[in-house]
Amino acid sequence: MDKKPQNRPPEEPVSEGIPAPEGPANLIDTDYVIGQDNITTSTMGVNLDLHGKVFTISSIVVLLFVVLTLALQDTIAPVYDAIFSFLTGNLAWFFIFAANIFVILCLGLIISPLGKIRIGGADAKPDFTYVGWFSMLFAAGMGIGLMFFGVNEPLTHFGTSFDGGSWAPLAGAEGDAAGAAALGMAATIFHWGLHPWAIYAVVALSLALFSFNKGLPLSMRSVFYPILGERVWGWPGHLIDILAVFATLFGLATSLGLGATQAAAGLSYLFGAPESDITMILLIIGITIIAIGSILAGVDKGVQLLSKINIAMAALLLFFVIAVGPTLLIATGFFENLLNYVVHLPALSNPFGREDANFSQGWTAFYWAWWISWSPYVGMFIARVSRGRTVREFLISVLLVPSIVSVLWMTTFGGTAIDQYVNQGIEAVRDAGVDLQLFIMLEQLPLSQITSFIAILLVIIFFVTSSDSGSLVIDSITAGGKVDAPKPQRVFWAIIEGAIAIALLLGGGLTALQTMAVSTGFPFTIILLVACYAIIKGLMSEPKAV
Amino acid sequence: MFKNIMVPVDLAHLELLEPALSVVADLAKRYDAHIIYVGVTANTPTSVARTPQEYEQKLEAFAHERHKVHGQPVSIRVYSSTDPVANVDKQLVDAVEETGADLVVMATHLPRHLDIIMPSHGSKVATHTDVSVFLIRVAQ
Repeated sequence: MDKKPQNRPPEEPVSEGIPAPEGPANLIDTDYVIGQDNITTSTMGVNLDLHGKVFTISSIVVLLFVVLTLALQDTIAPVYDAIFSFLTGNLAWFFIFAANIFVILCLGLIISPLGKIRIGGADAKPDFTYVGWFSMLFAAGMGIGLMFFGVNEPLTHFGTSFDGGSWAPLAGAEGDAAGAAALGMAATIFHWGLHPWAIYAVVALSLALFSFNKGLPLSMRSVFYPILGERVWGWPGHLIDILAVFATLFGLATSLGLGATQAAAGLSYLFGAPESDITMILLIIGITIIAIGSILAGVDKGVQLLSKINIAMAALLLFFVIAVGPTLLIATGFFENLLNYVVHLPALSNPFGREDANFSQGWTAFYWAWWISWSPYVGMFIARVSRGRTVREFLISVLLVPSIVSVLWMTTFGGTAIDQYVNQGIEAVRDAGVDLQLFIMLEQLPLSQITSFIAILLVIIFFVTSSDSGSLVIDSITAGGKVDAPKPQRVFWAIIEGAIAIALLLGGGLTALQTMAVSTGFPFTIILLVACYAIIKGLMSEPKAV
Repeated sequence: MFKNIMVPVDLAHLELLEPALSVVADLAKRYDAHIIYVGVTANTPTSVARTPQEYEQKLEAFAHERHKVHGQPVSIRVYSSTDPVANVDKQLVDAVEETGADLVVMATHLPRHLDIIMPSHGSKVATHTDVSVFLIRVAQ
């Protein structure tokens, strides 16, 4: 907003009422003042402004889990595994069912008249350009996974489909290479298409709506206002926020640790760098330092800039592979895979009576729990940068456009890899470990030294863009929804994230704790279902857009 | 000598601004200057206001109160931002240009070690504008 200086005569009475956001909107009437439960101190020249309960309890819980996991990993890892297998095994139907609701709600809102409502009030202006906005939401939401699973997942599903068996999606296509490839691509796109983005969109839209249009703090608990009313400012709200901090911090820290392992594997493959603890610790420290620089520079000049660089490099790699790889195959494959996806979508997303239990529980339910456990972080970040967009514009950009990009990405990387294996008989790409498959695939193409280097750089920058936006999100939740808490706090969270990653890397337990973090997907699925209700209720209570 | 005095105001920490505000009042009377109170707020709800528009009203009310104290003409200007903590310096520098201020009076804290990586807003603004900047230090 940029208002002209107003030279009003001071005699003019000043209104005391709360004005609407820009243009007509409908603020929720509450006596809660943001930051009223916060503790503010100034120790040794560092100002702090924190939500007493959320900050203290989530810090203690996080510390407890790290210490327990490090001290008792052999005892505790099976416990985490058991919890997680129970969730994906027995409640797979619930994850799959809920995710379908999210997709249907989002698609419904795009075509409904509610889609005209603008986030931030009818006259709000977007804070970012389309390119900046899209880069940020894509880099935060998916980037890193696409690097690792772009080659691996299509190949894996192709393999199981071709061989048949219980891990094959939809009973597979035994002995039929073309059918197996089609099924493999459809299954992969299913996991990276509409469903994950609908999960993010539900969280992001509900938070944006309740923050920008309803005037509640930018924190998970605000979404519960339509159900809990003023009680969200008490313990029920504290618990929701603590859970969000837990999921975000462990999701990021464990991914950072595992990511460093994978980046180190790539570096050793390319340059013969030793795959030692030192390399990985240096990588984590480096990523954390760049992330701190980015959050000090802020959302506009830090996170946005890095995300743009990130997306530009990813696009470069994508178009390079399209150009030097099997171009025609990718071009036709894009439309074929899109069609395959649509054709197989009803069967793949069916929650009940599945014959392919291993696939639907081990892959789909795992993915849904994973995306959902990331959703508080990605959703809150997307919400923060989406002011000024209409609901329709928001959903097209957060749901449809990224899904199309995923189709193109998977077709390019997965399709090229399957082509190498099936048509050119190159088995190396199939036999390589998951963290090297991308590099082996690139090796078969020209200029592989350069592209592999770009790929490693991309992996690292994707981690930076996750780490910086994640720290901003945790800081805002632990500061009671304030986005203007003192800077040292966000630096603190970025350092904690790196420190946990290093501790778990050295002491073991990265995978165990990641399992635990993904398990938070279950409670969050319930939170997201509430968010769906809140979105509809919130949008219905907005003044009709003209 | 000075016609337009720009005064960055943080409505969340008014108590820290007191010394600077009285200096502003004295200076404005001495030079018969116009005072522009500038606020930078988040576009998400904050502890001060639930919307940028509410922030603007509160700043307006604040300016009105100050006018009663010193009697000089006042106006306000509000900037809202996705990340006000990170953007405030740049926005204040822009505000100097846009308001046509020839003097900036702002409260700042005492120099400290942390300034090396996170400089105070006052010193950032002073470094990046051509106009005179008067930093009123608040002992913490």
